[in-house]
Amino acid sequence: MNRIEEKFSVAGDGGRSALVCYLTAGDPSIDVTRDIVLELEKNGADIIELGIPFSDPMADGPTIQLASERALANGTTIHDVINLSKELREHTEIPIILFGYYNPFFTYGLEKFARDAKEAGVDGILVVDLPPEESGEFKKHLDNNDLNLIFLLAPTSTEKRIDLVADNAGGFIYLVSITGVTGSRPGMEYSLSSLTKDIKEKSGLPVGIGFGVSTPEQAKDISNYADAVIVGSAFVRIIEKNGNKRDILLKEIGEFTNSLSSSCVKS
Amino acid sequence: MAIDINLPDEKGHFGEFGGRYVSETLIPALTELQNAYEEAKKDPNFQKEIDYYLKNYVGRPTPLYFAERMTRELGGAKIYLKREDVCHTGAHKINNTIGQALLAERMKKNRIIAETGAGQHGVATATVSALFNKDCTVYMGEEDTRRQAINVFRMELLGTKVFPVTSGTKTLKDAMNEAMRDWVTNVRDTFYIIGSVAGPHPYPMMVRDFQSVIGRETKKQILEAEGRLPDLLVACVGGGSNAMGLFYPFVEDEEVKKLGVEAAGLGIDTEHHSATISVGSVGVLHGSKTYLLQDENGQVKGAHSIAAGLDYPGVGPEHSYFNDMGAVDYTAVTDKEALEGFSFLSKTEGIIPALETSHAIAQVMKAAPKMSKDEIVIICLSGRGDKDIHTVTDLE
Repeated sequence: MNRIEEKFSVAGDGGRSALVCYLTAGDPSIDVTRDIVLELEKNGADIIELGIPFSDPMADGPTIQLASERALANGTTIHDVINLSKELREHTEIPIILFGYYNPFFTYGLEKFARDAKEAGVDGILVVDLPPEESGEFKKHLDNNDLNLIFLLAPTSTEKRIDLVADNAGGFIYLVSITGVTGSRPGMEYSLSSLTKDIKEKSGLPVGIGFGVSTPEQAKDISNYADAVIVGSAFVRIIEKNGNKRDILLKEIGEFTNSLSSSCVKS
Repeated sequence: MAIDINLPDEKGHFGEFGGRYVSETLIPALTELQNAYEEAKKDPNFQKEIDYYLKNYVGRPTPLYFAERMTRELGGAKIYLKREDVCHTGAHKINNTIGQALLAERMKKNRIIAETGAGQHGVATATVSALFNKDCTVYMGEEDTRRQAINVFRMELLGTKVFPVTSGTKTLKDAMNEAMRDWVTNVRDTFYIIGSVAGPHPYPMMVRDFQSVIGRETKKQILEAEGRLPDLLVACVGGGSNAMGLFYPFVEDEEVKKLGVEAAGLGIDTEHHSATISVGSVGVLHGSKTYLLQDENGQVKGAHSIAAGLDYPGVGPEHSYFNDMGAVDYTAVTDKEALEGFSFLSKTEGIIPALETSHAIAQVMKAAPKMSKDEIVIICLSGRGDKDIHTVTDLE
């Protein structure tokens, strides 16, 4: 059982959903990202997604776009994110997923990336703009290194897409809660619970819900039908607000994580 | 290996290039578009409708004009100009927007969005949106809204909302990011009209097909005028839609050389150019694999050209394929050379070309004198230069 599977199994047995937290690595700096990850874990985060900043984040709303710009302005590269993962492994066994756009992985070299990420202690990879049709080569290298390739599904996905993703996915399936970009929106879209059920049956994998999840109330609601609650922009906004005021930043992140984590309970 | 003109394959690949690198949310929309387009292609009424508007609204066929003074001044090959600048709205862009707007009609999508750089595609989209009574929003880099203020005004007159994009480099690539974000959010009722042979499948194929009217007409016209095919075709390449439109119907005519002219900006040895194929490397941007300007960490670089319409760090994936197969040659000319082309054509032929097009003119000014007098060159005169007069006078 790999770290991701183990987390889902433990959470499920405890009547909880897993809390997955997204951060753009390098915002406000790689060092602070490391501190935030440890703070997240201390306050109940189950899985960490480290965003690799990209110049053209087409699927992201303004919050994560700006985080990406700040991280790039700091000179953050995909190499730095791999090194950060390695450093984190000295302190924690929390599952780490690297989350990004395809071009930086492609430019790094897919085979080399898979080897280096594995060696750094990374558990899974999610590439926003890499649907199953284009993922063959990358998946081969990730499989060779026992790394999960995590795929997205959306409310617009047809039965055929769900089948295709179910056949290719590893780790868990990330169900986008809205048709749109990342960032919080009021109100969740319709029938997510039946879609979640359908995807779970077809894939046999846990399903997490993300994009626009930002409150404990939403977390509680999602926990009733899904296996993971994925929160991103809400953390990034706390980082944006506090910047390099490290202590206040960590305190706020900790409190917020705690409030989410204690809501990730199946009632 | 021989060039294959029956590409892309069903997944949208031109050799290793192209494809569909987008988030899952857009996949159903692209599949729907692909199916609708394939169905429309088989329907003779669809082509008839396009032909009707191209003839009666756009003003096609456009002339293939023998540039006698330019030929004499340069003292080499005979030069013909394919006059896309006389299309309604002043550039070739409308060939494509007519096609896509008619497809939007068939798909019953009432909202249109588009990205634009120079504003030519934005104006062409705003125009067809007015014509077919669609709600239209155009995304344009803030930097470009300043450089091309006249086109912003034209779009607004046509009833379109122009949304200035302030993220990233504030130019065409960021406008495209923003249009994609809009599409992903409003995918159910919105049709995204991409203006170049770029983006995820089926756009590169679809835009190529709509623009190929340029090359088909040219072939017929040059056979009528000269009784033979030309020796060289020249067109500017940003995303590459006018070049693709001219070249594609000649791809199997190997004796016809094709030359795509990219923007060398301040020089290809500087950081300020848009010479994607000439000096870029393979990567993935805006949904397809193609040559890109990028750094060693896979971050896409800002491009530069005096011509806003060439100011793009990617290029259509089929151009990347043509380059690697040796079917088309690509070169680049600088801002300065383009300005010389701009002035030269204005003064010798009484035609003010767009700054984008001026890159092709500048290249022919170098190439034609070295060719013999019985050789024939055709330039795609992709757009007229009224929109650029401010840019040029500001420099003087």
